[in-house]
Amino acid sequence: MMVVYALYGVAALLVLAPLAIALGRSPRGSAVIYGASLIVTLTLGMIALLNLFEYSGRVSVVSLPLGLPWLGAHFRIDALAAFFLVVVNLGGAAASLFALGYGQHEDSPQRVLPFYPAYLAAMNLVVMADDAFSFLVSWEFMSLTSWALVIAHHRIKENLQAGYVYLLMASFGTLALLLAFGLLAGSDGNYAFDAIRATHANGGLAALVLILVLIGAGSKAGVVPLHAWLPLAHPAAPSHVSALMSGVMTKVAVYGFVRIVFDLLGPPDWWWSMVVLGVGGITAVMGVLYALMQHDLKRLLAYHTVENIGIIYIGLGLALAFKAHNMPLAAALALTAGLLHVFNHSVFKSLLFFGAGSVLNATGERDMEHLGGLIHRMPQTAFVFLVGCVAISALPPLNGFVSEWLTFQAILLSPQLPSWGLKFLVPAVGALLALSAALAAACFVKAFGVTFLGRASTPAAQAAKETDTNSLAAMFFLAALCLVAGILPGFFIDALAPVTRSLVGISMPHQAGVEWLSIVPIAESRSSYNGLLVFIFIVFSGTLAASAIHRLASDKLRRGPAWDCGYPDPNPATQYTASSFAQPIRRVYGTSVFRAREIGEMPAPGSILPARLTVKLRDLIWDAAYAPVADGIGYASEKLNSLQFLTIRQYLSLVFAALVLLLLVLAIWP
Amino acid sequence: MAVIREFVFQGAEMLLVLLLSPLLTGFVRKMKARLLQRQGPPLLQPYRDLIRLMRKEVVLADGASWLFRVNPYIIFAGTWVAASLVPTFRSGLLFSWSADLIAIIALLGSARFFLALAGLDVGTSFGGIGSSREVMIASLAEPAMLMIMFTLALIAGSTQLSTMAAFMLSSEVGLRVSLGLALLALIMVAIAENARIPIDNPATHLELTMVHEAMVLEYSGRHLALIDLTSELKLLLYVSVIGCVFTPWGIAAPDSSPLALAVGFASYVGKLAVGGMLLALFETAIAKMRVFRVPAFLGAALMLGLLGTLLLFVSRSL
Repeated sequence: MMVVYALYGVAALLVLAPLAIALGRSPRGSAVIYGASLIVTLTLGMIALLNLFEYSGRVSVVSLPLGLPWLGAHFRIDALAAFFLVVVNLGGAAASLFALGYGQHEDSPQRVLPFYPAYLAAMNLVVMADDAFSFLVSWEFMSLTSWALVIAHHRIKENLQAGYVYLLMASFGTLALLLAFGLLAGSDGNYAFDAIRATHANGGLAALVLILVLIGAGSKAGVVPLHAWLPLAHPAAPSHVSALMSGVMTKVAVYGFVRIVFDLLGPPDWWWSMVVLGVGGITAVMGVLYALMQHDLKRLLAYHTVENIGIIYIGLGLALAFKAHNMPLAAALALTAGLLHVFNHSVFKSLLFFGAGSVLNATGERDMEHLGGLIHRMPQTAFVFLVGCVAISALPPLNGFVSEWLTFQAILLSPQLPSWGLKFLVPAVGALLALSAALAAACFVKAFGVTFLGRASTPAAQAAKETDTNSLAAMFFLAALCLVAGILPGFFIDALAPVTRSLVGISMPHQAGVEWLSIVPIAESRSSYNGLLVFIFIVFSGTLAASAIHRLASDKLRRGPAWDCGYPDPNPATQYTASSFAQPIRRVYGTSVFRAREIGEMPAPGSILPARLTVKLRDLIWDAAYAPVADGIGYASEKLNSLQFLTIRQYLSLVFAALVLLLLVLAIWP
Repeated sequence: MAVIREFVFQGAEMLLVLLLSPLLTGFVRKMKARLLQRQGPPLLQPYRDLIRLMRKEVVLADGASWLFRVNPYIIFAGTWVAASLVPTFRSGLLFSWSADLIAIIALLGSARFFLALAGLDVGTSFGGIGSSREVMIASLAEPAMLMIMFTLALIAGSTQLSTMAAFMLSSEVGLRVSLGLALLALIMVAIAENARIPIDNPATHLELTMVHEAMVLEYSGRHLALIDLTSELKLLLYVSVIGCVFTPWGIAAPDSSPLALAVGFASYVGKLAVGGMLLALFETAIAKMRVFRVPAFLGAALMLGLLGTLLLFVSRSL
């Protein structure tokens, strides 16, 4: 029955879309649409939570007479779908609440409102789909609605460009998934997931499906090198949609990967995990290195999505390795780590995009170099953004740390894996994971420090005002969730138990009963972590130090000009900017990864020309993988252009030649 | 009763690290001075400095935000918690299982995160230079530390420091190449993390070479006292970690007699003294390196850690 109720919710969202067209121009339109979306997503989230907790992932199925006549449309909620429904609708509800305030500032609401509920509905449908046809249709629906939202502000030229690249990559990804499902269904054309589950694909075929899924779902999730569209498209959309795309839609793509590889494809081969782990490790480090080089706040956040997807894929890859070697407990640990990071990332990435949206609304700027000092003007936004930064940098006691800690614990179990390839790969992936965690912290020092701290570098930043109550409510809610998931991770791990049970056959030990609410993945002598205690400890010792010093020593305070070694400069241009902050890191990593070059132009003595420093970065992945394809297509279309200007006789002979060719092929075909 | 006793021990540990850390710094300074044929400041000078700073008023820069004022307490609390979870003279502390070595590394990471933010808060160029260099150094030191943790955890089969110390005491360890690599890497990381020569100079205020000192340039009074105490705590923490894992001799078991506790305490002080002496000797013997040679230094530490881990992964099946 669960799935029927959920489908009613989706239907309600789909009804909202045409309603939004009617209401689009009215002043109350956005409040109505976002308010209704908030209610519906909350209900859907409740249904999914109920399924996960109360019925511990009981399967509920329905088939509707839609779509292909001989197939119908199958929908199903099991533990995995329920977990991802929670993620989707939690993100959707938070974004709707945020948009109740943020959406008021939209210039052209009629370009956003109709697509927003449809987009939410599409993501829900992908997660619930139980046959290849409905899955692909929902997937494509999700791509198209989000594309429409990306080009909502179509007068900005970059956004159109971003929309174009996104549309191309999305179609490419869907094509790969289409082929994957075609291979899975076999020659009988059994497109229902139940039928696919029953027939396991054999070696070579399964490998091909894995690669196709990695490309299809991976391009939507943003794994390197298929990430190129993501940092263009995610920032282009309105900020609450950016949050949905980064925080939620990439997770739907991860869902697609998990559903096919862990559920439909049958028992894995050990080398699959090598591919997934390698991709994950490279994605994590490349994502964060790209992010460090950015000074557009929203683009920086988008690149961090790439990094976090890498971390999730590392968890999934480890789970595959353990599953292939029949180590179910370790597989459950790794899978829990990956899925917990799915949840955590959706929370803090939504929070950070909301923060960036609030800054954008208050100042009209996304470029960090033009911001600064916002902590004085927007103290509450600054506080929640700081919470998000600490969480995404994987620092205790917030939630990002817990999932990375679990991933590290899973890596520490991997020496027992018998295959040699994994023995060499896993330590290297561990090093990449550690590197990406440290670089992420560096990047968010930059993001928060340059945007919110220091002195305002433009009048726009000087005149910023605190954002509205609804937006703040959404951000504070997510920040609180970051803290709760960080200090009470046991409950969240337990909630994932039905999911891991259904995918690897076993779940991590029950955590809620452990003493003092700590988490113990394997055995207490091996490792344990207690976020609550660490949090209490920090608060206690910080307060103790503060009160002791204020009471016993001195609590006097005087304001004065900054010291700065005796040479403070009143011009805010002398403070550190985003690019100067990243300069040491650019020098260490950028020279090889981005071929970074600094060109200094020093005018001759006596000349009045200004001195200049130009930094040149090359995106090697774009140059190697995308530019040749784009050039090739450009070249081919140039050459084929003449076909437009033939005479009728030439066209007729072309048709004739094509006919002969086809008949020949048919004749020769065995 | 037992719980109360454990609470007392945990409290004693927290107090002990807090009280000993300025002494360790004073000892290193004294040693360095003696090696240079100078008299040097008295051993207790760091305590006097801290008390003097605490009593002074804070001069806060005009553009400083609330974060700037809260930060010293956050940084101090994070480091103090991390330091009091490392077994010093007695293993099996009440709360030691609440954070393993990964969590201790991450707690230090949190402290550094907020310290780097403090450097950017006032919007001066020196604060920025310190923060940006600090995060560059950390971006290599932290992964190196995690790889060392991997090596140790794989050998001991646990990420808990108490269990690691117990395992190292048992006879099954033997001499291992990985352990040697990990020790070397850990010493390199400890030098970098504590802003010692050759990475950074704790005694300089020469602008172009500063990293740590540049970040905290705007702090004064009680805030500066806390920041100084935090760096002293951090030095003590690293010496304790090295002592607890690589020279675990003397650490008292959880349920041992007062005599064993006294032995544990004496051996801990002895380890600190030896560590401080070696640090002073090393710092006197070496020259500071350029900032952009630091990545090579720390990259070597990272590679050593990775090599140690890789050896363990491979040798398991042999």
